[in-house]
Amino acid sequence: MTKATTVQGLVQGVLHGEKRAIAKTISKIENNEPEAQKIISLIYPKTGKAHIIGITGPAGVGKSSLVEKLAKELRNRQKTVGIVAVDPTSPFTGGAFLGDRVRMQDLSTDEDVYIRSMATRNSPGGLARATKDATHVLDAAGKDVIIVETVGAGQSEVEVVKVAQTVVVVLAPGLGDDIQAIKAGQMEIGDIFVVNKADRENADKAESDIKTMLEMDVEEKGWKPLVLKTSALTGEGIGELLEAIEEHSAYLKKGALERQRRASAEIELIEALKQKITESIIQDLRQRGEWVRATEKISTREVDPYSAADNLLSRRLQKSGKP
Amino acid sequence: MSIKDKKIRVLIAKPGLDSHDRGAKIVARALRDAGMEVIYTGLRQTPEQIAETALQEDVDVIGLSILSGAHMTLFPKTMQLLKKKGLTDVLVFAGGIIPEEDVPALKKAGIREVFGPGTPTSSLVEFVKNNVPSPR
Repeated sequence: MTKATTVQGLVQGVLHGEKRAIAKTISKIENNEPEAQKIISLIYPKTGKAHIIGITGPAGVGKSSLVEKLAKELRNRQKTVGIVAVDPTSPFTGGAFLGDRVRMQDLSTDEDVYIRSMATRNSPGGLARATKDATHVLDAAGKDVIIVETVGAGQSEVEVVKVAQTVVVVLAPGLGDDIQAIKAGQMEIGDIFVVNKADRENADKAESDIKTMLEMDVEEKGWKPLVLKTSALTGEGIGELLEAIEEHSAYLKKGALERQRRASAEIELIEALKQKITESIIQDLRQRGEWVRATEKISTREVDPYSAADNLLSRRLQKSGKP
Repeated sequence: MSIKDKKIRVLIAKPGLDSHDRGAKIVARALRDAGMEVIYTGLRQTPEQIAETALQEDVDVIGLSILSGAHMTLFPKTMQLLKKKGLTDVLVFAGGIIPEEDVPALKKAGIREVFGPGTPTSSLVEFVKNNVPSPR
């Protein structure tokens, strides 16, 4: 087991699937340390092999329990698994209670399952900024399947579509009229819809409600979302869910995967650019005192934010000929 | 150059067969309210599960909570496993029902501090903030 925490040491550790290296690397990414980018650049060529599944849906539907059952079934089929379970950071204290592992206790001593609990650190949309890069680490470390579990706050949680190749939206009976309410957002991103807690009353109704809603979708899509019932409690439907996921994976490999990768690359590039622009330009402006001057003018209503930004950027261009 | 965003990650773990976790959850919430990321793994953890979780989650701190009296076997076993997995720079503290006379042996096993029931959560938070190992 390598003890090296140098960039090279961590890269080698990750590529060999060493848990300590994986752990330290994910931390560096979360903490936005400068080595993180170097490590990612060295492991990135080894990514793109894992199948990434997003598990999303409202709070309390049983996502974590479902993830555990899914992971166990994957293990039965000899697949190695990585799990990133995301929970919200308090906007007031900056802290987080990461309790998803409570539902995954059986997995914690399986050598071929790696579980990382992650706080959003106030990123919107149900995932952390570091989630995508964490999947790159698990991918490069050789995990066959990576499951990303979102926070579970509701409609606006669509970030998962940028991270996962197959999105599973989990719902539960008793949401009743809420299924009608979950119209935009989550209902648009699911490749597979699962009604969990199938042992409850109204599970059949929930299933047919969702099917009806999806049928109302007139637009011709390449993939027709599948709907099924599971019980994370009894294990019912888990095998079928995995079949559905594999069906989607096969569909992707016929061409949609390439388009997805391209779209994903664009998103990642935009995110990377935004981060770099923010860091370099704003830091520079702060150092020159221009930042404070501009923010003062905005707060006294002398100038609006857009004009101030135009001003700052055109001054930079004049000075150095580059942004 | 990059804007750093470091948080203290704490694992609150309950080894053994305790039947409730009210105390552990109170501690977990207090640390969360102090800005830390707290991983809680639930009841009935084995030392192996605790050490493995600490490794994967790259925690800075571990709080071991026990009410059943099995601390003299479970805590040293946990410390051994942490060492075996290379987690030698993690701050470990303990709480629950632990008799005074057992504390020296536990400290010798590597547990930095033992907190009895009724310890104000603010002392706990101070302790963690003051003793968490600096960035490695």
